Amino acid sequence: MKPVLIAVCAATLLMAGCSRKSNQPAPLQSTAAGTAIVESSGGKQIGYAGMLLDQPVVVQVNDASGSAVAGAAVYFSGPSGVSFTPPAALTDSSGQVTSAVQLGEQAGRYKLIANTHDASGKNIGLTIDEIALGYQQTVGAQLNAQYCVRCHDPESTPLRVSNMDNLSVKPHPFTEGDTLNKMSDADLVAIISHGGPALNKSPQMPPWGYTLSKSDIAALVSYIRAVADPPYEAGGLVYAQK
Amino acid sequence: MKNNLHALWQFFFGDSARAFGSASVILLALLAIAPAKNHFSEWRHYQKQYLHLIRGRADAVTLERHFQGGIQQIWIPEQQVTDRCTTCHLGMKEASLADVSSVAFREHPVIPHKLTEFGCTTCHRGQGAATTVEEAHSATEQWEQPLLPAKYIEAGCGQCHLENQTGTPFLNQGRQLIVSYGCTHCHTIKQGDGSYVTPDDDPPSLKHIADKTTREWVYAWIKDPQAYAGTATMPNYHLSDDDARDVSAFILAQSTPLEPPLQPLKADTKAPADPAAGTSLYGQSFCASCHAMQNAAGMMVGGNVGPELTGIGTKAKPEWLQDWVGNPSHYDPGTMMPHYRFDAQQVVTLTGFLESKTEPDFIANVHLDPATPEQIEHGKRLVVENGCASCHDINGIKKPENFAPELSRIGSKPLNQLIFVEGVEHSLPGYVAGKVRNPRAFGPSLKMPQFKFTPQQIDAITTALLALTDRAQSQPPTMRIASVQQTRYQPAGNAGQLMRDLRCFTCHMINGHGGDMAPDLTWEGTAVQREWLTQFLKNPETLRPALIRRMPKFNLTDADINTLADYMMTVYQTPEFDRDSLLVSQFNPAQVEQGRQLFYSKFACQSCHIADYKNDKGYIGPALAATGKRFNAAWVYHWLKDPQALRPGTIEPNQHMTDDEARSLTAFLMSLKSGGAQEAMKK
Repeated sequence: MKPVLIAVCAATLLMAGCSRKSNQPAPLQSTAAGTAIVESSGGKQIGYAGMLLDQPVVVQVNDASGSAVAGAAVYFSGPSGVSFTPPAALTDSSGQVTSAVQLGEQAGRYKLIANTHDASGKNIGLTIDEIALGYQQTVGAQLNAQYCVRCHDPESTPLRVSNMDNLSVKPHPFTEGDTLNKMSDADLVAIISHGGPALNKSPQMPPWGYTLSKSDIAALVSYIRAVADPPYEAGGLVYAQK
Repeated sequence: MKNNLHALWQFFFGDSARAFGSASVILLALLAIAPAKNHFSEWRHYQKQYLHLIRGRADAVTLERHFQGGIQQIWIPEQQVTDRCTTCHLGMKEASLADVSSVAFREHPVIPHKLTEFGCTTCHRGQGAATTVEEAHSATEQWEQPLLPAKYIEAGCGQCHLENQTGTPFLNQGRQLIVSYGCTHCHTIKQGDGSYVTPDDDPPSLKHIADKTTREWVYAWIKDPQAYAGTATMPNYHLSDDDARDVSAFILAQSTPLEPPLQPLKADTKAPADPAAGTSLYGQSFCASCHAMQNAAGMMVGGNVGPELTGIGTKAKPEWLQDWVGNPSHYDPGTMMPHYRFDAQQVVTLTGFLESKTEPDFIANVHLDPATPEQIEHGKRLVVENGCASCHDINGIKKPENFAPELSRIGSKPLNQLIFVEGVEHSLPGYVAGKVRNPRAFGPSLKMPQFKFTPQQIDAITTALLALTDRAQSQPPTMRIASVQQTRYQPAGNAGQLMRDLRCFTCHMINGHGGDMAPDLTWEGTAVQREWLTQFLKNPETLRPALIRRMPKFNLTDADINTLADYMMTVYQTPEFDRDSLLVSQFNPAQVEQGRQLFYSKFACQSCHIADYKNDKGYIGPALAATGKRFNAAWVYHWLKDPQALRPGTIEPNQHMTDDEARSLTAFLMSLKSGGAQEAMKK
């Protein structure tokens, strides 16, 4: 009897000593269920690979009549490398859950998923799109903020008033994928380097090729591609699948 | 059992021939271990997978030609780089593999460096010589140098790049925070090039604090600085009520009266006739360029160069405010605030306005009895222990040397020298971020106070600290890109004295010294006409319609304006060309007309500039309607030819004009002589 006891104690100690991670949190006990989950804020952000998004993602669970449901469990998930703080929570008194999101280490588009269950236990999902910029796109984003936004972004802030309304030909916002996705990289480089007249467009778009370097302009193009909505699908070679 | 073993022994080693044979077989088997291990090694597995991947692609032939089997190595002895990462990461240089899903084989994202010149571990860390994933990446707790998480990757850049780079916004932000929150008052940071990181938060001297504010306010402030102003950079020391009582007692007890002393409030000019006079004087003086204040709608409006003024009436004594508004240098000779030349009535008006901005709740619950000698003595001990004098000048307390650990090599700190606590990830980034986030979690007796940072700010600061590595210190100097250091330029003579008194350098950069809030004036004397300059100094008009921050009116005397204008026109000239090398009299009407057409058609300058207030609307660049009164033709011409040559970093694009085009455009611009913006707006 005695050796068995000692062995059990030793084994328990060993297991306790070896387990590095603390126990998984207990699954959430939801006290209510909704019929729909909607995004309140935090979608379509432009973040940076591997980094926290500026704004947390906020989702709301509603019932059939469209009013908020408190106490419903919401679970977040995403592609590998994405982390949520917290990854799961019950909706608060206003029916919302807020989670800080750190994107994965690869640049590109991320589809985040927020799930909840209805009363019958059926899964209800919501997809939230986010964009992660890599190094080159980050350079593009910085140059955009310095040189381009004043005309290409219709939004005005107290510190940065948009000039778009002052132009007789309205520039395309860089998120305008419908138009910009149809232009080739070469055309974008040409219009940035040599100005609107390079493509028979307005001279109100000045030439930047004598101010910015070639790699700066390539970075701008990669940024424009990264933020396009709908997403830009690279053309070029189509590889045969085996 | 024993017999069986004996029989087995006899079978293999019974006689010399059997023994020799058995030994040979064992030896052969042992010899085979190494080749077998090699054959089944992890990296071969990855190379096979890679070959499998590329054979399915259209450019298989090209990719296969680039492929080299076996262990690959990037060896750069002078940087201590021996990186075998490319043994498995085979697609690093293959542009066509940018889209593959496997991270191992994907093209490296575009960066300005070649892998063969810098290696991999220089930026990403990890163990370069390893040939297994576990050893190379080592996210294990034991390995000292695991891969750097992607969110801190800009720390890799910061080892060589001490300057602000376009591509590293988080590193730049982290460095800026370290400087603006005054981390280096206590922590020494010596960079690889030998320069020291110097704080720019300018903590106030406490030598005459009793002239400025009350003990109650000091008590409430040190209990929670952010409760007074959200933008305050002073950290929270989590002092108990008794400790805060004693610290405030000591600090007030050490205060000495200013020399010469503050004047009593001017009783005869106490109330301004117009109650809105204070608001409009605050606005006209552009106080909001530097100071924020909450408006009636609860919005914070204004800059962050000076302290927030929402509750200034609760903080500052009226006599002090009157003195400060009159001439800030009297209380603080090192202040960044300019000496406005307000007249007596204006001083009273502005003092009254600021006095009315109160936050009585901030000190409502503070009731302090007169301090006892024991409390003052205890306060002194707390002030010394907490290193208050690292940042503030306090009478009778010496600034402590090396008050906190040096951080020059924090990015290479061995883990075994760190003490971790529950809830902090067992890694160097985890430790650094944990310390910045909540220093007191590492032990209640630790002195580092609590700063108020957002999670993004903590990541940025951690990035900047992780860049302070052994490599950053020891690499060859040719690898280093220096930061732009401020020069010690000071203007000479009477004008220099005047410029220092007006604190021109708080906003303007001249010869590499000064702030970046307003235009660089290094070559202002070449750029503008003297008459315009004197008019502008007398009554600064709005040059850029879209800007909030503007040049304030300093109420200068004519003599002062002449001194300034003479100096600037004489000294601040570019050596590149003569300001009189192109004269307006050389232009003819045809050139002016041609210039007008170029302005409106070919170069579409009206997109960003206003030449004619009736038709043009662009307001990115300065209004040009009075160019002929403001600038010299030679400056305009050279600016049009190459704006960045005259002012590096200006966003005006270089349009690559021909000489003729630039000359015609100059002729047109110099023909614009309408009034300033305000005058035109009135019409």
